[in-house]
Amino acid sequence: MKKLRILAAGVLAGCLALTACGQSGSPGASAPVVSETAEANVTVAGSPTFDAMKARDGVVVGVKDDQPGLGFKDATTGQYSGFDIEIARLVAAKLGFGADKITYKTVPSAAREDTIARGEVDYYVGTYTINDNRKKLVSFAGPYFVAGQSLLVRADDSTITGKDTLKGKKVCSVTGSTPIQRVREQGLTDQIVEFQTYTQCVDQLLSNQVDAVTTDDAILKGYAAQQPDKLKVVGETFSQEPYGIGLNKDDAALRNKINDILQASYEDGTWQKIYDETLGKSGSPASPPAIQRY
Amino acid sequence: MNVLFDNLSLYGNGFLGTIKLFLVAAVGSLILGTVLAGARVSPVPVLRSFGTLYVNTIRNTPLTLVLFFFAFAYPRLEIADVSFFWRACIGLILYTAAFVCEVVRSGVNTVPVGQAEASRALGFTFGQTMTEVVMPQAIRSVVPPLTNVQIALLKNTTIAAGFSVLEAGGIYANLSERGYNVFVGLLWVALGFLVLVLPLTLLQRNLDRRWSTAR
Amino acid sequence: MTAVLYDIPGPKARARNTILGVVGTAVVLAIVGFVIYRFIETGQFEGRLWSWITYVNIQYLLLEALWNTLSAFAVAAVLSLVFGAVFAAGRLSEHAWLSRPSVAIIELFRAVPLLVLIFILFFGVSRGLGIDIPAYWAVVLGLMLYNGSVLAEVFRAGIRALPKGQSEAAYALGMRKTQVMTNVLLPQSLRAMLPTILSQLVVVLKDTALGYIILYPELLYQARFLGSQGQLGAPILQVAMVVAVIYIAMCLILSGLSKLLERRLKRSPKAVGTDPKAMNEAKGDVLASQAQGGGGGAL
Repeated sequence: MKKLRILAAGVLAGCLALTACGQSGSPGASAPVVSETAEANVTVAGSPTFDAMKARDGVVVGVKDDQPGLGFKDATTGQYSGFDIEIARLVAAKLGFGADKITYKTVPSAAREDTIARGEVDYYVGTYTINDNRKKLVSFAGPYFVAGQSLLVRADDSTITGKDTLKGKKVCSVTGSTPIQRVREQGLTDQIVEFQTYTQCVDQLLSNQVDAVTTDDAILKGYAAQQPDKLKVVGETFSQEPYGIGLNKDDAALRNKINDILQASYEDGTWQKIYDETLGKSGSPASPPAIQRY
Repeated sequence: MNVLFDNLSLYGNGFLGTIKLFLVAAVGSLILGTVLAGARVSPVPVLRSFGTLYVNTIRNTPLTLVLFFFAFAYPRLEIADVSFFWRACIGLILYTAAFVCEVVRSGVNTVPVGQAEASRALGFTFGQTMTEVVMPQAIRSVVPPLTNVQIALLKNTTIAAGFSVLEAGGIYANLSERGYNVFVGLLWVALGFLVLVLPLTLLQRNLDRRWSTAR
Repeated sequence: MTAVLYDIPGPKARARNTILGVVGTAVVLAIVGFVIYRFIETGQFEGRLWSWITYVNIQYLLLEALWNTLSAFAVAAVLSLVFGAVFAAGRLSEHAWLSRPSVAIIELFRAVPLLVLIFILFFGVSRGLGIDIPAYWAVVLGLMLYNGSVLAEVFRAGIRALPKGQSEAAYALGMRKTQVMTNVLLPQSLRAMLPTILSQLVVVLKDTALGYIILYPELLYQARFLGSQGQLGAPILQVAMVVAVIYIAMCLILSGLSKLLERRLKRSPKAVGTDPKAMNEAKGDVLASQAQGGGGGAL
């Protein structure tokens, strides 16, 4: 017992000693793609959320921090990057808040509706699929992108080419997520594996424990881009996932304003530029979707 | 109400998974825990210290980390392909066995010294003393706390949801994706656990009452 | 007790024990060696997968996470002790209007899974009552309610294990009920139960990990996040190893402390004789709740 205690103390001391030295910076730095200057004198009449932003002179944006290419926080620098982040920055700039006025807040998927309803975030941008059930609790601006369910496999695997070749294969996705529920309901395979993050699924894929990872193609492309020699995205997409910006349910004024902002960026090419510099790097082109106003 | 009825099969499959995990892990941990307790009171010094080391380490490790090892580190050992369900079972068994061991060991300690001394005087070996004399008596004081440990195991199975086992702990994630009220959904899960735990608690009370008077 | 279970080994038995010992040691060493060998073979100790440790920002992140874990633990521990003392006293009260609600509260919070408790505090209270509880307090209060209830039972068992003469003497001196409880019984039971209480605190420490579910940035939460860092090679296993060592070290220190106290208390002349059966019962309660200290969901 005593020995164990000494060992434990030694380990702790070692941990502390380690912090005394080290490097800063990042192995792969990423600068913001679009440097929009903050618009001056913006008003959104009748929007309580906007009034709150003005009052605190800053925006709180709900995001994801573990989706490479979409919403990703680099632990070595603390910087956020990705397609969703760029969209969030664009919206903030057009509402009159520069990049330095944005506070990012990571929100777990299960808590998105609550966090928005409680006003903990002003708006949420993070692979948030628009659907009717969610519309009962929050409202959506957009869509700003349409993703679709797809498959990520090992680069040397040629047996899986699409959703109909999954029979008997082990398929992994995040616990309880829509993609895995779809695989289960459509009976694409009976070998379903669930973990808490896509990164863990990718880890299982690389150590041959599963044969495919399934979710929105946008997310999968982020992983494929990281390790193009080991991973590839295959097959046609087999669902439509329109990504929206989550907003307070009753704030129609802000919803309209953000829809206007998105529409303008579709028309003046800003959206295209953002896409090409982030997700577009994976090699597949895309064009802006049509805004659904309601 | 809607949350429950709209997702009845989800709840059904979830709790079925929980019960399967629980039954396998309960039996496994009882067996391994008793063997470990035997090792901890055995005449072989090395076995004793292994038992102590095992129990002390496992008792101070969060279960998540035990399960994590089997989900992520085990594949890299490339021993045999074991399904995620069985790996979760092994993790739960190894973890719970440490607690079962402690309960059984303290149960052994409640049997009066004279019992063991008398059986030794009769020429019983260690194995005979344990199985014929000490354990049958120890069981009585062991069962109530053992039931507590098994109830804890039942609640613990929820952690396996994070390691690819379909069970009740994963229900809330499914509901959240389907856009249902997670909070209400969780209350139903809590109720489900109460329904599962209640018979065990009643059994424990019952045994406790009957056996403590029999002494 | 253990020593009376078998005879002192003779030469034959000693030889057998030695052989068993050598074989046992060899088997354990072989297993550990094999695991390490496979990890090396599959490149788990390669520099790239460990480079994350060298970044200053990540070191601060982990230190901050450790601080978050420890501060939630410390506050929850203190609050649980207070909660436990109050409700143990309540349960032992002779007034039914005090003891019955106490029993109900203790039993309720012991039965509901902690995860659900934290969820209710974080989501339910804001929806139902309009009070927003920050993640930190949801974790701390959840831990307090659950562990406080377990500790209340421990205190109660400790008080019941005290010799009857203690309270009788106190009453004979003309003390009132509250005085007997606060000045005579509680301090003594606290003393007798200190080791058991400390091992319950190990549970509090392990369970802070449940904070991940409401994104309280404690150790396990940050470990999960670091595992997602693809530019560093997604070091899931490596981060887990480091965090495991930290957790086990912290828990071992606490457990060690409780063993140390137990030994010291046994020697102390102040200790009054307590009823060993009641003490054991309380220990059993804690052991069972420790079995539950699983450290929450997945990494």
